[in-house]
Amino acid sequence: MEITAVFAPLFGFLLAFLFGKNMGDKGAQFVTCSGIIIAAICSCILFVEVIFGGDHHAGEPRTITLMTWFNSGTLAVDWALRVDQLAVVMMCVVTVVSSCVHVYSVGYMSHDAHKARFMAYLSLFSFAMLMLVSADNLIQLFFGWEGVGVASYLLIGFWNHKESANAASIKAFLVNRVGDFGLALGIFAAFFLFGTVQFDELFSLAPEAAKANMNFFGYELHALTVVCLLLFMGAMGKSAQLGLHTWLPDAMEGPTPVSALIHAATMVTAGVFLVARMSPMFEYAPDALMVVTVVGGLTAFVAATIGMTQFDIKRVIAYSTMSQLGYMFFALGVSAYGAAIFHLMTHAFFKALLFLGAGSVIHAMSDEQDMRNMGGLWKKIPTTYTLMWIGSLALAGVPFFAGYYSKDMILESAFADHSWFGEFAFWLGIAAALMTAFYSARLLFMAFHGKPRADKKTMDHVHESPPVMLVPLMILAAGAIFAGYLGYEAFVGHHQIWGESIKVLAANDTIAAAHHVPLWVKKLPIVMGVVGLFLGWVFYSKFTSLPSISSKIFKPFHALFFNKWFFDEIYNKIFVLPALWFGKLFWKSDKNVVDGLGPDGFAKTSYGFGGMLSRFQSGYVFQYAFVMMLGLIALISWFYFKTDLELIEQIETGAGE
Amino acid sequence: MINFSILSLLTFLPLVGVVFILLTRGNEERVTRNSRRVALYTTIFNFILSIYMLVNFDGTSADFQFVEKTEWFPALGLSYSMGIDGISLFFVILSTFLTPICLLASWHSIKTRVKEYMIAFLVLETFMIGTFCALDIVLFYVFFESVLIPMFIIIGVWGGPRRVYSSYKFFLYTLLGSVLMLLAIIWLGMNVGTDIPTIIEANSIPFHVQLWLWLAFFASFAVKMPMWPVHTWLPDAHVEAPTAGSVILAGVLLKMGGYGFLRFSLPMFPEASEYFAPMIMWMSVIAIIYTSLVALVQEDMKKLIAYSSVAHMGFVTLGLFTMTTQGVEGGIFQMLSHGIISAALFLCVGVVYDRLHTRDIARYGGLVKNMPKYATVFMIFMLGSVGLPGTSGFVGEFLTLMGAFQVNTIIAVFATTGVVLGAAYMLVLYRRVIFGEQKNKDAAAMPDLTKIEYGYLVPLVLIVLWLGIAPSYVMDKVAPSVEKLIGQYEAGLTISKGGK
Repeated sequence: MEITAVFAPLFGFLLAFLFGKNMGDKGAQFVTCSGIIIAAICSCILFVEVIFGGDHHAGEPRTITLMTWFNSGTLAVDWALRVDQLAVVMMCVVTVVSSCVHVYSVGYMSHDAHKARFMAYLSLFSFAMLMLVSADNLIQLFFGWEGVGVASYLLIGFWNHKESANAASIKAFLVNRVGDFGLALGIFAAFFLFGTVQFDELFSLAPEAAKANMNFFGYELHALTVVCLLLFMGAMGKSAQLGLHTWLPDAMEGPTPVSALIHAATMVTAGVFLVARMSPMFEYAPDALMVVTVVGGLTAFVAATIGMTQFDIKRVIAYSTMSQLGYMFFALGVSAYGAAIFHLMTHAFFKALLFLGAGSVIHAMSDEQDMRNMGGLWKKIPTTYTLMWIGSLALAGVPFFAGYYSKDMILESAFADHSWFGEFAFWLGIAAALMTAFYSARLLFMAFHGKPRADKKTMDHVHESPPVMLVPLMILAAGAIFAGYLGYEAFVGHHQIWGESIKVLAANDTIAAAHHVPLWVKKLPIVMGVVGLFLGWVFYSKFTSLPSISSKIFKPFHALFFNKWFFDEIYNKIFVLPALWFGKLFWKSDKNVVDGLGPDGFAKTSYGFGGMLSRFQSGYVFQYAFVMMLGLIALISWFYFKTDLELIEQIETGAGE
Repeated sequence: MINFSILSLLTFLPLVGVVFILLTRGNEERVTRNSRRVALYTTIFNFILSIYMLVNFDGTSADFQFVEKTEWFPALGLSYSMGIDGISLFFVILSTFLTPICLLASWHSIKTRVKEYMIAFLVLETFMIGTFCALDIVLFYVFFESVLIPMFIIIGVWGGPRRVYSSYKFFLYTLLGSVLMLLAIIWLGMNVGTDIPTIIEANSIPFHVQLWLWLAFFASFAVKMPMWPVHTWLPDAHVEAPTAGSVILAGVLLKMGGYGFLRFSLPMFPEASEYFAPMIMWMSVIAIIYTSLVALVQEDMKKLIAYSSVAHMGFVTLGLFTMTTQGVEGGIFQMLSHGIISAALFLCVGVVYDRLHTRDIARYGGLVKNMPKYATVFMIFMLGSVGLPGTSGFVGEFLTLMGAFQVNTIIAVFATTGVVLGAAYMLVLYRRVIFGEQKNKDAAAMPDLTKIEYGYLVPLVLIVLWLGIAPSYVMDKVAPSVEKLIGQYEAGLTISKGGK
């Protein structure tokens, strides 16, 4: 069952990738969709078995060892699946969303020439993601981690004739690699500290190491903090946290189903999963948790400010994703791991819904993504319109939609942490909640209401998407409505399902404390959500001249937000250009300094002596001379060594006597 | 168990092929055809023979196996002594595996002096295998240096327009190193003996002599690796060499330096190795960062891959001189993996070079449209070179860095940046060649892989994936010998320290 759940998508990938030509597009779509749906069914059965008991002892992870990967000295790495509560929740989220996206893609990519390849890559991604969440050791996790990175690279650059898509795919891979740099070092540090990379062993050894120090980069530092911060650097890259986030908006160059699956629902949440998975270590590294909280809070805030100013419908949702990931991280930082995973799950539903809905809009508008060229669509595509409202309400945290439960829980936990950074994240989160609601409303009113701003030809062509695209949307919409209510008790309530898979020290149990925060803390996010939506309506439906007036009044802020806080420009100046500059410099030094002193210099000197000799001959003459010279050196050295050795012998025999 | 002299057979069988080629008579065309076939069949048979040896190799033992020993020059105390352990085993297999692939790769691209070309390759194979099997330092030296001759000829005769300059440079560099090594070998021969296992066991060389000997060997191996800053011969040699020459150069010849460190420097001069290890590790780090940055700005495909080879070899030296189990095993694995991946990358360059006769990256672009199979195969090797988990490139790189972290975190941090830079230059290369718009009509009209090309690239793909997913088959056979090596190294350190 576990093996089928993980490997069915791999089968789909292999069949569609190797035999895509032979089986045709229909065949490829069939095998990939069946692969992922089988995986989804298996995951759901596993979920029931693992969470509600079944035949095994509750709390103990099921580990299935497949084969040895490699052993080196004390390092032993197996291919193994570890299915515990945390893993099984992730597997369900991944496979269900992925199934919806697979089916949706059949419709969305119907005009594309490379359907089989697209479906194959989607399945490859799903497989890598499943390997990531079911990993039993850090190195297998790294395999999944890099695997999803490659799948993401392939899918962002899927339309590889577009230079912008290629640039975005490389950027995504490289920025992620910067994060992986940290993750790899984190794994080395963990192995250095504990002598193992196996999760079970790491977790049982972590408490003893709570006081240990290690030397890192010449400094004597708290060991677990070093390990956790390095691992967190990996998480920052994959989950687009502030500093390593610049790839995510560009990743929107990929086809929209990709954005929904990889850059909203699953891959970008891998960082959240990583920290939750490593909770038994983070719990003993309070400084690392503090950093996680601060980074998460800042990300939530900064991303929301940018989201308010963008015009590309996908980029708005992308920044919104980044902002929501920030929420998840500060939840992790205050030890509310359950709340983070809860938000991860609800977010997967409503954000995939929003992306696929946006895809449906883009599809209807003949590939137009700029909201300034939309408007007045709601009568023509009422189903998509309704679904987008559901997604937006869930995102804005309006009561009884999924996002309301999880986001409130996060904010309450941050408040209940009673630390300066918890408070810091709480207020940033509240501000971000207001902005979230505002840009959600902005998106809806700009895209669907008002007068049509597109030309007549495009407007005439606007049509509702086919059922193969709408049915997956409806499934996700159901999740966006009900997942919060249904999951509340299990994820963050009094009877949580996590068992041993998440560890929270008693002193850090903010989720329990969150049930007892003051009433205003509980109500404030709702107020913010409603006010944000109202403001969005005022700005973009009622008084449509307000946005341009306000952007003039707050010009410096608007410029900062609109230009994404100038991260790309700064990085280009301090990393990319210097790297190329140094590359050219070193290349020149290779030619001029190293060769100049070495072979070419010799050659030139020998030309000087040779005078009239042609180059070819001089080479040989020179070589003879060179060998003779070396021979001379050899002889001298030989005598040197010989006398030296005799001297030693004399001394030794002298000492012996 | 094998009860015949399999190592000698492996080593000298290619020479039998040479005899057959020399015996072929008839018109030009017939000689060409027959010498191609004889060479290919000989090398394939040799590969099968080496697999037979692999199957019979006892992977649990750290001792030298299939040992042969006869007197050679008794007056000088030299013996013809051959044997392999877990460290040399897979280098032999790598040599026998890559040679037939090289011949296939030059099946159509080499049109002049085919007979001589085939002879050069067969002779080269003999010397390569001999280098990895020799257990007598003089015998080793003979093979090790002889390799230069056919290689020098391959570059100098069948190379590109600047072949004279680059073969000269190649020769000069390697000669410089080898003369110094010869001195060290003479010293060893006069004072300790020439039998490698005996020298290691005796462990009797005083520290200050070790330093000199170590430096002399280092001069040779560092050039071969090549380590920064004596790497500048490599890009030129690669650029001018024919495809198959590059494949052997990157695939096997570069590994002889690393093998030398493992067989000589570390076990024979442990104290000197420990003394120089920080220097080597810093040189490796510089190599990784420096050459990766240089690779980033290359416009010539072969130069780019050549520079990437220097960076990858930097991981090898870094790993070997950590003298941790992970570092050394990772270094060995990295060499094997690089032997496959860089060979494959040069073959990939050869595929398009044969069609368009230029290595200029800007002349290509959008090849995924007309050469989708090529794009897929190239993608897998590119990802292998980047060190993606699941390909062979990952295991070696990861283990060497893991070893380095245990010794010095600062070095490990700097070396790990190579993981980012390595991805940068390979992805940019791939993007410029394979993706994007088709700007050049002639590049857009190139046909996809031929059957022969497919035939030698697909096995390489499978090996890259196999070594990535189940490297333990190889690593478990290497492990006992590495354990023994580290044991000898540490024993060398403790004895001398106890003596002081």
